[in-house]
Amino acid sequence: MSELTHEVSQEASTKSLGFWIYLMTDCVLFATLFATYAVLHGSTFGGPTSNQLFDLPFVMTETLLLLTSSFTIGMATLAATTGHKSRTIAWLIITFILGLSFVAMELTEFSHLAMDGNSWARSGFLSAFFTLVGTHGAHISIGLLWMLVMGLRIAKGGLKSLDVRRLALLGLFWHFLDIIWICIFTIVYLMGVQ
Amino acid sequence: MDFTAITNFLLGRLNIDAFIHDPIMEGAGIALLVGLLGATILLTYLKRWKWLWKWMTSLDPKKIGVMYLVVATIMLLRGLADVLLIRTQQATSVGSSTGILTSDHFQQIFSAHGTIMIFFVAMGIVFGVFNLIVPQQIGARDVAFPFMNSVSFWLFAVGMVLINAPLLIGEFAATGWLAYPPLSELQYSPGVGVDYWIWSLQIAGIGSLLSGINFFVTILKKRAPGMKLMKMPIFVWSVLCSTSLIMFAFPILTATLGMLSLDRLMGMHFFTSGGGGNPMMYINLIWAWGHPEVYILVLPAFGIFSEIVPVFSGKKLFGYTSMVVALLAITILSFTVWLHHFFTMGAGADVNTLFGIMTMVIAIPTGVKVFNWIFTMYRGRIKFATPMLWFMGFVVTFTLGGVAGVLMAVPSIDFQFHNSLFLVAHFHTMIIGGVVFAAFAAFTYWFPKFTGFTLNERLGSYAFWLWLVGFLLAFIPLYILGFMGATRRLDHYDASLGWQGLFIVAGVGVLLICAGVAMQVLQVIVSIRTRNANRVGTDPWNARNLEWATPTPPPEYNFATIPVVSTRDAFWEMKQSKNIPSKHYEPIQVPKSSAFGIFIGFFALLCGFAIIWHIVLMALFGLFGVIILLIIRLTSDNNETTISTEEIQKLETAGGTV
Repeated sequence: MSELTHEVSQEASTKSLGFWIYLMTDCVLFATLFATYAVLHGSTFGGPTSNQLFDLPFVMTETLLLLTSSFTIGMATLAATTGHKSRTIAWLIITFILGLSFVAMELTEFSHLAMDGNSWARSGFLSAFFTLVGTHGAHISIGLLWMLVMGLRIAKGGLKSLDVRRLALLGLFWHFLDIIWICIFTIVYLMGVQ
Repeated sequence: MDFTAITNFLLGRLNIDAFIHDPIMEGAGIALLVGLLGATILLTYLKRWKWLWKWMTSLDPKKIGVMYLVVATIMLLRGLADVLLIRTQQATSVGSSTGILTSDHFQQIFSAHGTIMIFFVAMGIVFGVFNLIVPQQIGARDVAFPFMNSVSFWLFAVGMVLINAPLLIGEFAATGWLAYPPLSELQYSPGVGVDYWIWSLQIAGIGSLLSGINFFVTILKKRAPGMKLMKMPIFVWSVLCSTSLIMFAFPILTATLGMLSLDRLMGMHFFTSGGGGNPMMYINLIWAWGHPEVYILVLPAFGIFSEIVPVFSGKKLFGYTSMVVALLAITILSFTVWLHHFFTMGAGADVNTLFGIMTMVIAIPTGVKVFNWIFTMYRGRIKFATPMLWFMGFVVTFTLGGVAGVLMAVPSIDFQFHNSLFLVAHFHTMIIGGVVFAAFAAFTYWFPKFTGFTLNERLGSYAFWLWLVGFLLAFIPLYILGFMGATRRLDHYDASLGWQGLFIVAGVGVLLICAGVAMQVLQVIVSIRTRNANRVGTDPWNARNLEWATPTPPPEYNFATIPVVSTRDAFWEMKQSKNIPSKHYEPIQVPKSSAFGIFIGFFALLCGFAIIWHIVLMALFGLFGVIILLIIRLTSDNNETTISTEEIQKLETAGGTV
């Protein structure tokens, strides 16, 4: 029996290492997009510059939503490791709603920009902006889908050890996206409105 | 809604014109169809569909490795056919003669040649060898993520399908193997060619990235007990370095191709010449991936030769530690040299000097490796079997090409050679002399491991000499032509330049290489027919590492008993101390076969094809297909099966007959 648990924990640590490494490759992907944004930041081609476009209080709200969701997914993981199924699901639902609101706010911002004639096709700067922020948003959406599947699986089958471990990985993903967002908030928005 | 609106909605840009090509391309397309049809008939006639399906759905890395090698071999033949056309054109299109190809078709051919040779031949070989050898060399039963491994392969296969599809439907990119903007932007390349290029590489690239992660984790987590990092075979070290390069470099490729695609699909302005775009940024990004890519390919080649030289010299490898340090140094330095691909960009003297010096510095660890191999041979009992011949050919050509590379690392000299045939000759010397020769050496060396019989030595050495002489004849004229001012990608030149003779010599060289390939095909056929005369045991070369400790052919689980390692050259040590692990069998868990990899690949293919042709509905369908399949697979439990002790007993004793 002890050999079996050893095998399981060995496999768990392999998966967790693999996931960490995937996150680092994703980090390189974002680094590329950040570098592109930095290069194209001034290439407005006669269009609006970053300090004419961004609405800081709005973005601050988005940021708070996402940071809170990082806390709530932490609570979900904690509840799962201590075996509280309904509490886990409740925290997941809260996280899901926060994440969904974040995506909704981001889409609102995008559509406002596009409707004012400042779409991704306006200038190199806006192409880089939409791509960087949009890629983060797409990641959040994938995270939401993952959360949905995870939640349904736990609701149906209970907290299996596999689910608990996967929830921890989802948490890792979510925190990672939070860190990326903090970089976006700082580099794109805070530095952009100076 | 009128008729065109409906067809636009359902079929995007796809219409009857996409199927009409010029005669040569039509011929290639028909040959492709005939080949597919022939394979179908043959499989039906031999009643092998079920057998094929078992291979295709297997999660056994050895089977996946063989599939990589099959794809790479077919693509090598395709790439070689492209070369024949290119060289024929260049030998004949002089003065008033325009040769056999139109300019546009010529451009498509050299673009396809480069892309296919790097992504679908070299990468295919590298991943094939990883799959076949790495788990066995580290004493593991499997890779870390067997299912992901299958997905990686099928994404690679989808890329291969997409890059060959233009032979039948539409056209290929005419923009060179790296599709520099602004030429590759919509304004100058409005057709589907560049989109084929983008999505073929994007899908195959994601597969490569997943494979990179997979083997990196496999090496870190699945080694046999006692195999510390500094006790790993050098080949495993080279794979560790190569995969860490994949992990850092391929996300850059993904992002860059994504941005180029967004330019083309959504009217963005990343790399356009107007709208605030910056084409030079693309060239920086693509080489920030592209230069490490060269080392992703060549480090495993170094690893292969580090396995072969000690075995055929009857000595342990000279300077193990310095080999490891050299590999690590190359890994890190390979990210600091990308700008030498475009010194002529005009980044200024300081920047060019820095990158020039870094490029020269990277020659030092490479030189260390060359000396280590030579010192390994020194005072050894060298057996000049075919793998060793390939090594000797490699050392000469690779050093020659390397010296040409150091020459071009001087920015002021590079200004003369930039985009000339000298450069083309240089990188072919590195990739053919390095990666391709290593692949052939590896094939001859490890062939008996998987089949129980050796390849015909005589035909093997004929093939080697044809390749070597052909290679030198094909590329030395290119160095000279480069000096004379001939640029790359030239489909026509003036007779007064006096280049035709050299181009004809180069063409003859290609013919010799083709003869070498034919000899290799013959070698395999003859060896299989006379296999009973060439049967060897599990250890034909008196080898040193653990892959030779498994039965031949290796069973799905590789090792019935996981070996315990205490030194480098673990298998050699076992043989010396007569300490062969005891035959104590217990049930082994292996992953069940799964068709999900193929299905995911299929939907990815639909999605990629649809994006290329702007078929929105089909693209969404493909994307959702992939997502739903992933959800089903990842939420399913019980994906493993157990091999019983009796079966293991049977497999372990039956070995050696194929």
